[in-house]
Amino acid sequence: MESAAFFYGMEVFLNGLMTGVMYSLVALGFVLIFKASGIFNYAQGVMALFAALTLVGFQNGQIPFSHLINAIFGTDIHHFGWHMPTFLAILFALLVMIIFAILVEKLVLQHLVNQEPIILFMATIGLAYFMEGFGDLMWGSNVKKLDIGIPQGGNLWIEESTAFLGGEDFYGFYLDTLDIYATVIAIILVAGLVMFSQYTKTGRALRAVADDHQAALSVGISLRKIWVIVWCIAGFVALVAGIMWGSKSGVQFSLSLIALKALPVLILGGFTSIPGAIIGGLIIGVGEKMFEFLIGAPLLGGATENWFAYMLALVFLVFRPQGLFGEKIIERV
Amino acid sequence: MLYREVGEFKPSYKKDQQTFPIRLDRYGFYTVLAFAFFVVPFLINDYWANAILLPFLIFGIAAIGLNILTGYCGQVSLGSGGFMAVGAYACYKLMTGFPDLNIIFCIMLSGGVTALVGVMFGLPSLRIKGFYLAVATLAAQFFLIWVFNKVAWFYNYSASGQITAPERTLFGMTVSGASATPEVAYLVCLSFLVVMALIARNLTRGSVGRKWMAIRDMDIAAEIIGVNPLMAKLTAFGVSSFYVGIAGALLFSVYLGAVEVGEVFGIQKSFLILFMIIIGGLGSIFGSLAGAAFLVLMPVVLKNVMVGQLGWAVDIAAHFEFLVVGALIIFFLIVEPHGFAMLWRIIKEKLRLWPFPH
Repeated sequence: MESAAFFYGMEVFLNGLMTGVMYSLVALGFVLIFKASGIFNYAQGVMALFAALTLVGFQNGQIPFSHLINAIFGTDIHHFGWHMPTFLAILFALLVMIIFAILVEKLVLQHLVNQEPIILFMATIGLAYFMEGFGDLMWGSNVKKLDIGIPQGGNLWIEESTAFLGGEDFYGFYLDTLDIYATVIAIILVAGLVMFSQYTKTGRALRAVADDHQAALSVGISLRKIWVIVWCIAGFVALVAGIMWGSKSGVQFSLSLIALKALPVLILGGFTSIPGAIIGGLIIGVGEKMFEFLIGAPLLGGATENWFAYMLALVFLVFRPQGLFGEKIIERV
Repeated sequence: MLYREVGEFKPSYKKDQQTFPIRLDRYGFYTVLAFAFFVVPFLINDYWANAILLPFLIFGIAAIGLNILTGYCGQVSLGSGGFMAVGAYACYKLMTGFPDLNIIFCIMLSGGVTALVGVMFGLPSLRIKGFYLAVATLAAQFFLIWVFNKVAWFYNYSASGQITAPERTLFGMTVSGASATPEVAYLVCLSFLVVMALIARNLTRGSVGRKWMAIRDMDIAAEIIGVNPLMAKLTAFGVSSFYVGIAGALLFSVYLGAVEVGEVFGIQKSFLILFMIIIGGLGSIFGSLAGAAFLVLMPVVLKNVMVGQLGWAVDIAAHFEFLVVGALIIFFLIVEPHGFAMLWRIIKEKLRLWPFPH
């Protein structure tokens, strides 16, 4: 009995790790943009939602703005009547995100150069609202099922092969196959990003901009081009996050709230560190699941996951304001 | 009668320091007040009160509160929704716990309770700044909502988990509960708003307000010239939460009457109030009110045009509202980062020179 409880704890721990990976995926997009442009992009969560909506829309051959067109012209159109192959739909969704990145740079960021960070932050909140309304108008607000062929449900192989560990009361670790895929994809994504920023010319330019805007400008790096590239990459990361979250819990409004969960992740990891985002995500994921399992559900009445991450971040900040891996904050008059 | 300082002589310091130094401004202010107190109550009906006037007055108070913290003291807070919930629940507990206590005292005491909670959550602000603090206040938002959902004592163990305002009277007129008339509710909220706006205006002009602004502009420099950051930040959190708490108490007792915490005081409300002060203007009392008026009116207008005139479905109108709010926020930040208050200031500057600008 003792050991079974222990192994259930282990299971919660592992599931926490998996959730953490999902948080990290969103947090990654934040870090990329923050490093390159000093903008704290609140819209990252909505970008993931928008990317997932677009993907589903293309897959099902939905006509964009069909609700609006129907409302204005009194028509009754909904679908083109074809289904796009997943791969093609992903490519198209990526294209939309790239167009979006260019538009954001042209219409918003370009006009807000040299503003205070807080103004830029507010602008991205505005952007988040805009995209939310825009995405819903474009594709409709009903909950959509996203299926790109990743298997879902408990992984039987892991369950059976670990069942012997805990004796009679233990039936093996229950892990969602989708989460395992997400972990693998996240690892590939991070490895890819690291390779990109270390070994390509554009990547080096990105790191230069992240280090020092002025110095980067003076050696001939175009800031505006870099910003477009960074927002494109963030759009790509948002698409990946949107796919994973969308397959897990359906494409719906609550996806955009994950952006809020990514905030404590960033605080733990530090705003400027990619490994920090990953480790922060894991700590938050494991922390909130374990807290709910050990203290929240038995003693406090459950649903502690809603606030645990923020409280952890709050307590953590008091002792280490710059996060685990952030650069030390030095203030001068 | 032109809009000029010229020709207005101020024989005493008191006259020189008054809130509206220009005569036309002063008379305009008195006219608006008189109109609001003596004319509007006779014109008001249920629709106007519930759709526009009461939300405007109540969110106006909340916006002034957040503006004190964010606009004057520079501490970004995303926890206003949570603090409003504290005000509402404190008011509920006071109203049900002490049935003989006058409702005005209930509302003011709940402001006090909220101020204490605000100071508690403001403590980390001594070490945390900027975005980090914004995230820390998110902790307040989610934690407080969770507490009010989970701890049955706060909603008196009612089965639905809702809180419902009991009926209370003031000078023989029903203020809260089902039989309250829109005129009385309007006058109560208006009185609160006017008094609190005047207090806020004078606080921000005095030494407390100047300390807040010094902290906002540069906290280290402020500390060097002798501003105690502990006191300045905590008073800002306290006063701000007091305002937000009163807004929450009014929202619950006078306006809505019954409240479900997650729905009414969710994170969306925090953002709404933040938008009000951004669009209205950070660091301006007039701006808070202008922003509140704008964000209360705009959805009503949009809805009337799209649902009423064009006959669109309600959900499309709601999506459009999101889109328009987002676009407007970006537009305002690009065109005028200092909001309506700055536009108003520019208009007044121009008026002073009109019709013969240099």
